[in-house]
This record gives sequence, structure tokens and C-alpha cells, in this order.
Amino acid sequence: MSKHRVLGLFKDFEGATAAITDMREGKVPGANIDDVTVMSPIAPHPAIEDALGHRTTPVGKFTLAGGTFGVTFGFLFISSAQANFLVQPQGGKPVVPLPTNFIPTYEMLILFSVLFTLVGLIIFARLGRPMRGLYSEKVSLDQIGVMVDNLDDRQYEAVKSLFQERNALEIREEVINK
Amino acid sequence: MASYLDKQDLKDIDEQIKWAQIDKDVLRSLENPRWSYWVAFAFCVALLAIAVTAETYQYLYGMGYANLNWPHMWDLYIATFVFWIGMSHSGTLLSAILHIVQADWRKPIYRFAEAMTTFTLMTAMLFPVVHVGRLWNVYWTLPYLSDRGIWPNFRSPLIWDAFAVFTYLTSSALFLFIGSIPDLAICRDNATGWRKKLYTVLALGWQGTDHQWRHFRKAYLIMACFLIPLAVSVHSIVSSDFSMSLNPGWHVTTFPPYFVAGALYSGCAGIMTLFILLRHFFRFEKYMTLSIFEKNAKLTFAIAMVWTYLNLIEFSSVWYGHSVADKEVLWTKFTGAYAPYFWSMIFIGSVLPFTLCFQRLRRNLPLMFVISIIFNIGMWLERWMIIAPTLQLSYHPIAWNVMWPSAVQWGIVLGSIGWFGLLFLVFVKIIPSVSMYEVKEMVYHRKHGEDATVAPEPSYSLSGGGGAAGVHPAAAKPDPEGGQQ
Repeated sequence: MSKHRVLGLFKDFEGATAAITDMREGKVPGANIDDVTVMSPIAPHPAIEDALGHRTTPVGKFTLAGGTFGVTFGFLFISSAQANFLVQPQGGKPVVPLPTNFIPTYEMLILFSVLFTLVGLIIFARLGRPMRGLYSEKVSLDQIGVMVDNLDDRQYEAVKSLFQERNALEIREEVINK
Repeated sequence: MASYLDKQDLKDIDEQIKWAQIDKDVLRSLENPRWSYWVAFAFCVALLAIAVTAETYQYLYGMGYANLNWPHMWDLYIATFVFWIGMSHSGTLLSAILHIVQADWRKPIYRFAEAMTTFTLMTAMLFPVVHVGRLWNVYWTLPYLSDRGIWPNFRSPLIWDAFAVFTYLTSSALFLFIGSIPDLAICRDNATGWRKKLYTVLALGWQGTDHQWRHFRKAYLIMACFLIPLAVSVHSIVSSDFSMSLNPGWHVTTFPPYFVAGALYSGCAGIMTLFILLRHFFRFEKYMTLSIFEKNAKLTFAIAMVWTYLNLIEFSSVWYGHSVADKEVLWTKFTGAYAPYFWSMIFIGSVLPFTLCFQRLRRNLPLMFVISIIFNIGMWLERWMIIAPTLQLSYHPIAWNVMWPSAVQWGIVLGSIGWFGLLFLVFVKIIPSVSMYEVKEMVYHRKHGEDATVAPEPSYSLSGGGGAAGVHPAAAKPDPEGGQQ
């Protein structure tokens, strides 16, 4: 059975939010709010985020992992290098001096936190992969897109008429073969 | 046109600008600059040519031709290294700090400030290479295991520098790139030919979905939070190159904050210069408004006063510290061979900023352009006055020597301006120097009278039934042209 994907382009956030809220309120029977994607030229309006429901981002966990790795790697790298100095006279100074090692370790903490954050962003925002679904260049210009995936024939018609009711400027569609 | 600009003078931005117009204006800057852009480009190429000639001469005939000799072993090169590192703090201040405190006036100008950060760091990193002299051994400056199985001394601030500057360059370049992705997607959607291919690769498949925006905002905020302590640590560590030594004039506890204040000062002055240039080159009067310029000018004034205060703290702590050698270096700064440069620095750094207190002067952009360049000369003099007087007058009388840089050193220092300018001018022709999506956000929030931080009440009826009953009035009547606003 074929599935459909529909993209409605709206003039502003209000129209898009109203359409999503209608779907959330069950005006498209069986439609899943998780199949709704909003595309916009700026970060979505808070009202849209409310309508979409709570969606989290795990990017911060990557940052934490990066920071932990950076501290560990940084300190072990420098300390193990300094351990080679054992063959040299230290003049009574510690082989692994903590205060001075703190500084490169701190830099490694920041470096790996930033790098891991970037990796997290690339993975979760699906960057570096081919663009998927319906896309209109107008959503990078000045319109708000609402894309709904995995619609059966009945839902597909309901979404289209809902978008029309909410004054969508343009509706695009495609068939997803499964 | 004149009346439009007069009205604009009062606002950070005209909130009636259409989003499509923002894209059009900014994308036009990638294709069609004023002829003065090409004059600046040629000027930078000429400066760079001087540096290449000077460096070739130094490479062929040795460091002696740069007048680098004991005790003046690093003079202009290290002073200019510190100067460029300092300039790099502009991007962090405008982009990261003002992003976190949600000062939205930064939005039209932060992109070029971030670019300035990355390119000033790339310029700064040339100077250790130049200073090494023997270019084929430049890799000795990196912290790696030598062929005798010995690691470098991790207790040395010079090694900390390598870690800090590398981390700062990597992080700020990534910060610049990440923040540009939504704009690169706009470029991709509007470009043709080789630019289309380039932007398609650089945009990384950005579609502006709510998933992408959510992760993007989080990542950008996290990176901004990391960049601030990083920037402070970088210039503190650079100051440690001097303050961790026992040389008179350098062994001062206020050096780290003094360096950071000087860095922010020169960064802000650099932003003033480039603001005026870009506004002119690309006809960005609608985005780089006088109101925003004034805010940056006031920020510069505030930082100049912090810098002045830290100077006084440094002088008084040395004076009342009663260390004979330190006092003598300070007195030599006041009255010795370098005194004209020292007093020029004080005048430029502490007195000239008072021009920024007067609105009439602040709004005179040609005057401000000249003053911003003088500020940067002053900040460069500051770094030279940190280095040269101490090297002139260290503990042993046998090492007392006044040295003046040769044409080779001056050539390389001037050429670094050309190198930086060239990188910057190429960048602003390829990557939008005004952030389109952030300006759209700024316009949107200002037009809707919203504080960007506060979620407004939805203006439609959540319980509204079918039809247009629950729709916001603006949405009820379709705009035949389409588009936001």
C-alpha cells in the first residue's frame, strides 16, 4: 500500500501553527504528530514548538562526553609524556605538576567538547546527508512549510483539505513507495 | 533615500523590511560590491607582496637583517603576534557573549566579527613561523616527541600557547561555520554554476526543519558558552609568556586581565573599522545602521576605560612595589627612548576614546573610520611597549640596548595586515557577511513587538473549529505574493 507525503507552504507561523494544532486535535484521524515536520527560514516560533509537542535534543550529552574525554585524554597525554622525564633529573620538582598541567588539560576539555558537540549536531540534525522529503526553496526565503509523512489515502485527502482551510499558499505532494 | 536613512538612524533595523528583501540585498553583496572593494583588495595584495619580499630576504640572508639580535630576540614579531591574537577577541565578544545575553543588535554584524576572529588567528599564527627564521624547522614549535625521546616542557607558557591558540582557532572556525549553515542553504537555493556546487557542499543538506533548528540552536549556544572562557584563557595564556618570566616589567600579576581588556579593545576597534568598510563596499546601510554602530562605539568606550584603569593599576603596583628594576623599566617607558611611542599609546588608548562620548562625532563615519584605525595603532603600540622596553633594560647592564626594527620587520608586520585583509575580503565575497536568518529573526521579533526570549501567547484560538474561525487575521487573507509578513 502506498503512502503519501504532503508539504503545505504557509505565509506565516500563525497559519502553520493553526494547521498543526488542528492535526493534534484529531482532525486527521490516525495521523501521528511525530510525522509532522516544520520547515522555516528562522528558528520556529515558540508557539509552533508548543504545537509540535516536546521534542528534545541530545546534543548536550555529546558535549558532556567530549568534555569528559578531553579532560581525561588531555591530562593522561601530558602526564604520560612527562613520565618520560623520569630519566632526567627533576631538581626536586614533581614529575607531574598539577597546576601547570591544568592549563593544557583545560584547553583539551574545551576542544573536545566543541568537537563532540559538532559531531552530535551532524548526527542528530542529519547534516551531510542527501536532502530528504519534499523541499521548497521558499522555506529558506520567507514561507513556512509543514510536511506530513506516512499518510494513507484517507489521511492524505484530510491533510490537503486542512491545509487549504488554513490558507496554505501552495501544497506539494509525493507518493512514498513502501 | 536621504529621508529613509534619517529614519533608519534612530533604529537598529527597519522592521518593515521583507524577508525576501533581506536575502536579495545580502546575496547581491556576493556578486556586486562597489569599486572601492577592489581598491582595498589591490591594497592588501600590495601589502602582502611587501611581506613576501621581506620574508624572502630574511629567509635568504638571516635574522640579523631583521635587526633581531640579543637582547631583542623577538620584538615586533611577538608584539604583532599578540596584537593579532587580541583582535581575535572581537568575534567572541560580539558573537558569543552578546548571543548569550540575547542582545539582538549584534545580529547584522556578528558574522564578520566571527570571520575576523578566525582570520586574525590565522594571521597571528604566521608570526611564530616567521620568528623561527629557519622555516624548515617550524614543526619544532609543536608539542611532539623529539627524536631523542624527549617531550617539550609542558610547564612552559609557550607550549600552553600552542594548545590554546590551536583550540581557539579550531573552535572559532567551527563556530563561524556552524553559524553560517542556514545562510549557506539560502545561498544554495539561489545560486547557479560553481557557487551552487560550493554552497550545496557547505550547506550540508540543511533544510530548515524544526529538528535541525532545535539541534542547531542547542549546539550553537553550547559552543558560544565554551568560546567565552576559551577566549579569556587564550589571552591570559599569551600574557603568561611574559608574566611567568622574571623580567622586570613583565612579572606583573595584572597582566592576564590587562591583556584581555586590551584584546577586547582592539577587537571592538577592528569591528568599527570593518563595519564602516563593509557598509560602504556592499551598500549595507539598511543592516549596518548608525544605531548599531553607536552601540558598538559605546562598548568600545567602556572597554577603553577598563583598559585605562588596568594600566593605572599596573603602573601603581609597580611604582609602590619598590622593585628597583621594575621601577626603572617603568620610568624608562615614561622618559626613555621609547617614550614618544609610550605616550602615544596612552593618548590613543585613554584620551582619544572620549570622542566616542559625543553623538555628533559617533555618527560621523569617515571620522570614526580614521579614529578606529588610530585605536588599532594604539593597541599595536601597547603590545610593542610591553615587549621592547623590558628587552631594552633587563637585569644585567651588559644586556642594555635600544633596538629599532629594520625595514624587514616593518615589511612583514605591514604585510600581515595585507594577509588578513585579503582573507577577509575573499571571505565576504563567498560567505554572506550579514547573517540573513538572524536578521530575519531580528526583524520578525521587533515587528511583532516580542522579546526574543519570551514565548508569546498564540494568537489563534486553540479550540477553534474548522474553517478560518480560529485563524490569526493575518493568515485568514492569503497574500497573493506569498511570504512571511
